[in-house]
Amino acid sequence: MAVEFGETDLAQRVLAGDRLALARTLSKVENGTVEGKSALNALFPHTGKAHLVGITGAPGTGKSSLVNQLALNYRHPSGEISPRRVAVVAVDPTSPFTGGAILGDRIRMRDRAGDQGVFIRSMATRGSLGGIASATAAVVQVLDAAGFEVILVETVGAGQSEVDIARLAHTTVVVEAPGFGDDIQAIKAGILEIADVLVVNKADLPGVENTERALRGSLDLAHPAPRRVMHHGQVETLAGQEEASTQALTPWAPPILRTVATEGQGIAELVEAIASHRAHLRISGGWEQKERWRLQAELDMLVTSSLVSRFRLSLAPGAYDRVLGKMLERQLSPLQAVEELESLSGMSL
Amino acid sequence: MNYRKIRVLIAKPGLDGHDRGAKVVARALRDAGMEVIYTGLRQTPEMIAEAALQEDVDAVGLSILSGAHMALVPRVLELLKANGQERVKVFLGGIVPDEDVSPLLGMGVIGIYGPGTLSDSYINDIRNAVKSTGA
Repeated sequence: MAVEFGETDLAQRVLAGDRLALARTLSKVENGTVEGKSALNALFPHTGKAHLVGITGAPGTGKSSLVNQLALNYRHPSGEISPRRVAVVAVDPTSPFTGGAILGDRIRMRDRAGDQGVFIRSMATRGSLGGIASATAAVVQVLDAAGFEVILVETVGAGQSEVDIARLAHTTVVVEAPGFGDDIQAIKAGILEIADVLVVNKADLPGVENTERALRGSLDLAHPAPRRVMHHGQVETLAGQEEASTQALTPWAPPILRTVATEGQGIAELVEAIASHRAHLRISGGWEQKERWRLQAELDMLVTSSLVSRFRLSLAPGAYDRVLGKMLERQLSPLQAVEELESLSGMSL
Repeated sequence: MNYRKIRVLIAKPGLDGHDRGAKVVARALRDAGMEVIYTGLRQTPEMIAEAALQEDVDAVGLSILSGAHMALVPRVLELLKANGQERVKVFLGGIVPDEDVSPLLGMGVIGIYGPGTLSDSYINDIRNAVKSTGA
C-alpha cells in the first residue's frame, strides 16, 4: 500500500491537528489495522478530556437534525461562552446480508461545512447490535486525543434495548417525538432508563403534551432509585446515583426538554442541560465512576475477544467443528459442548 | 476484527434537484458491500471535498444534471488534491454530452455513467480503481 505517514508520525500529526491524518487514523482504527492499533496506543495518554455525549432514540425522531443544531450552538454560543471544538460520530446500520451501508446522517449536518472546529464522521455498525459499532469507543478516543472538547455520538435509530451508548457516553440524551407509542412504551425497560436528558423533539406537532406527560410519569416512578445496569450478566450500579446520595447531594433527575430541531428551538436549553449534567457528574464524583465503568466495559470486551481467539487456537485443528457437528446432530447440548471443548483444550473457561 | 471496506461519497453538486439517480447508485453500491456516505442535494465543491476528507473515502461519485459539470468537476478535483487526497477516485453520473467525456477523463475522472448504465459496470470500475491504489 502507499505509505502516506510513518507509523509514529500518524499519532503526532493527529495531535498537531492535521485533519487528513486524523481521518486516515480513524479508518485504520475502525479497520483494526496494526497501524491503527499503534496509533491508538500512542494517542491514549492524551484522552480523557472530552465530554462524550450520546444521542439516541427511535428512527425518525430527529437525532441528526438535533446533533446538527447542537454542533451549531457549541460553535456559536450566545453571550460570554467561548466556542468549543465539536466532533460528531454518526452511526448507521450495516446490511446484514451484503455488509454494505448507506450512511445518511450528513444530509442533516450540512450547515457545518467549512468550519474547521467541527469534524463529522459517519460509521457503519459492521455487525454490532447495541446501536453503536464495536470500534466506536476507539474512534471516540482518537477524536478526544485530537482535542475535540465535545464529542456527540449519534446512535443508529434505536428501539428499546440498544443501550450500549450509556456505557460509552458521559451524558446520554434520549430523543423522543410525539406519536411514537403509548404510555406502556414509556414504562418498558431499556432505553428510557439510560436517559440523563430526555428530549421531546418535533414539539410543534400535535400530541406533544401527551408524550411529555407519559415520559414524566415514567420518570417519576423510576427516580430517585439507584440505577443498575446488567453488564455481562453482572449487575453494576450506574455511576453517580448512590455516591450522590451518600454525599447528601440531590440525585440527578433527568430533565425533559422540548425542541424543534429544524427551527433551532430549545437548543440553547438542551446545551445547558447537558452542561449541568456534566457539572453534576463532576461534583458528585460520578465522572470518575463513569470513566472507570466505561474503561472497564472496554477492557472486558477486549479481554473476551482475546480469550476467545486464544481458546480457539489452543484447540486441535477440527476439534471445534467436530463439537459443533455433534451439537447440530443434537448429541450435545450447547452447555455440554462447552464442557467438551474445555476438556479438549485443557483451558478452563 | 480486520475489515477493509470501500467507502464512497455520493454527492450532488450544483443546483439541480433531481437525486433519483444518485440514490439508485448509492443503493447499488450498498448492495455491493460498500459503505456509502450520502450527502444530499445542492452541495458546493468545498462541502464535498470537506466531507470526502472527514470521511476518508476511497471514491467520490458526483451526480450532475445541470450542465455545470465542466465547472464543478475540475473544482472538486482541485480541492481534493489541495487536501492531499489525490488518491480518491472521482466518477460521474447524470447528463454529460459526448464531447465533454474525453476532457473529463483527461482530468482524472475514472468513469462517466449516464442513464441506462448497468450497476455492475461502475461497481467493477470502482473496485478495480480502488484496488490499484491499495491504501
